[in-house]
Amino acid sequence: MTLIDEPRPENLVLSPVKKSGLANQMKVGLDAPICLTWELTYACNLQCVHCLSSSGRRDPRELTTEECEAVIDELQRMQVFYINIGGGEPTIRKDFWHLVQYAVDHGVGVKFSTNGSGIDAAVAKRLAKSDYVDVQISIDGADAETNDHVRGEGSFATAVEAMEHLDAAGFEGFKISVVMTRHNIAQVDEFEAMADRYGAQLRLTRFRPSGRGADSWEELHPTDQQQRDLYRWLIDRPDVLTGDSFFHLSALGEALPGLNLCGAGRVVCLIDPVGDVYACPFVLHDEFLAGSVRDEGGFETVWQQSDLFTELREPQSAGACASCGHFDACQGGCMAAKFFTGIPVDGPDPECVLGHGEAAMDSVARASVSKDHSRTAVTIGRKPGAGVRSGAAIG
Amino acid sequence: MACAAFTESLTFDSAVAYRLHERVALRPEPFGALAYHYGNRRLNFLRAPELVKLVKSLDGHESVRAAFDAAEIDPCRWPSFEKALASLAASDFLVAEESTAS
Repeated sequence: MTLIDEPRPENLVLSPVKKSGLANQMKVGLDAPICLTWELTYACNLQCVHCLSSSGRRDPRELTTEECEAVIDELQRMQVFYINIGGGEPTIRKDFWHLVQYAVDHGVGVKFSTNGSGIDAAVAKRLAKSDYVDVQISIDGADAETNDHVRGEGSFATAVEAMEHLDAAGFEGFKISVVMTRHNIAQVDEFEAMADRYGAQLRLTRFRPSGRGADSWEELHPTDQQQRDLYRWLIDRPDVLTGDSFFHLSALGEALPGLNLCGAGRVVCLIDPVGDVYACPFVLHDEFLAGSVRDEGGFETVWQQSDLFTELREPQSAGACASCGHFDACQGGCMAAKFFTGIPVDGPDPECVLGHGEAAMDSVARASVSKDHSRTAVTIGRKPGAGVRSGAAIG
Repeated sequence: MACAAFTESLTFDSAVAYRLHERVALRPEPFGALAYHYGNRRLNFLRAPELVKLVKSLDGHESVRAAFDAAEIDPCRWPSFEKALASLAASDFLVAEESTAS
């Protein structure tokens, strides 16, 4: 699933109830999400080849400042502890810092993801003073060459500069977030050293074939051996955050820290820049659209009553994985990864460690990407602005 | 009371008073409550309604043991509840009364 970094295994034994009891409780959903991803804008100064929201251009129908404030009011009423703000590059929004402050003032903590371009020395100092705001800097390589291949020229330097500002300002424990790809998975030790150097916390997440990631999947998704190496590495480092995103690897043996289940529509969801609510932060697709915060009843009604979320909270079939002895460990893997590789929701994960995904992918047609906000066609390893016509490469 | 054995713990002392950290928020859930600490940004699950009630009541008692007595929790469940409280204290969700919250 996603984005829940905090539940570590030691926290899951707070009562005589077995861990599986809690997982079952999560599956039937909660009255409010544990955490919520909110992409504030599709505007971005970068155009990463794996961007899950295909960001680039601002959507003119973006929620207004007042509408965003109303959503925050609602989250406060629902006691949503914190929100993960992303984009796009959220700091591009003119009202970004106002909205962060508004959330904090209303008891809703904020963690925001940025490519670092909005974090200068002054901003870093301000952020270091707030206990209720956490920052996550995205990089995808431990050196400029590896990173910029995916995120665009100059993006590594920008991210490093932001980290230096945060470190100099005394911001302890900010997050360095890396999407694990075939090119950077061998650099995990370097990422760890980088986090140590800045007093930051390392966060590794799974690459998913969502958004523009569908086009770069073949080149970037890890090999089977890399997945196994990563699993061992993570087992040895329970403090590395993962957003619970590698639970499909738990079929290799001991479960990784976390809830190890798909939380889509059950404990997490996503609000996009125009207020649409999706079950999963990695499937911005009509099939997983539950409603809009602009609908009557707002976010709360979508979360508690939408048909889609109600359906996701019903017991799910193990489908093709029912006869596999590892289903209890991996739960059939990631819904987003399956969806965008054309595998049915009750089929195996495309990166199933037992190899069941490969065969499933060969036999199906892939879902097409339905939302594209790219400014120009994006090809891997390009220079910024070197693309051709808008949207030409996505189909 | 035969089965109510408090275990030794280096960080948790049931003979003293504890209270919920001022920056911890509890959200009621059918299984008990979710607890979120705005200071260290950790999330915990309080997985029994009785545990939630106990945690909320800690502040008014001179010791954790006194809170257990007042909550009328079956002594057989004390060890597991105490373990839960120790775990909450270890992640700073509970603070001993004489210490100052930072």
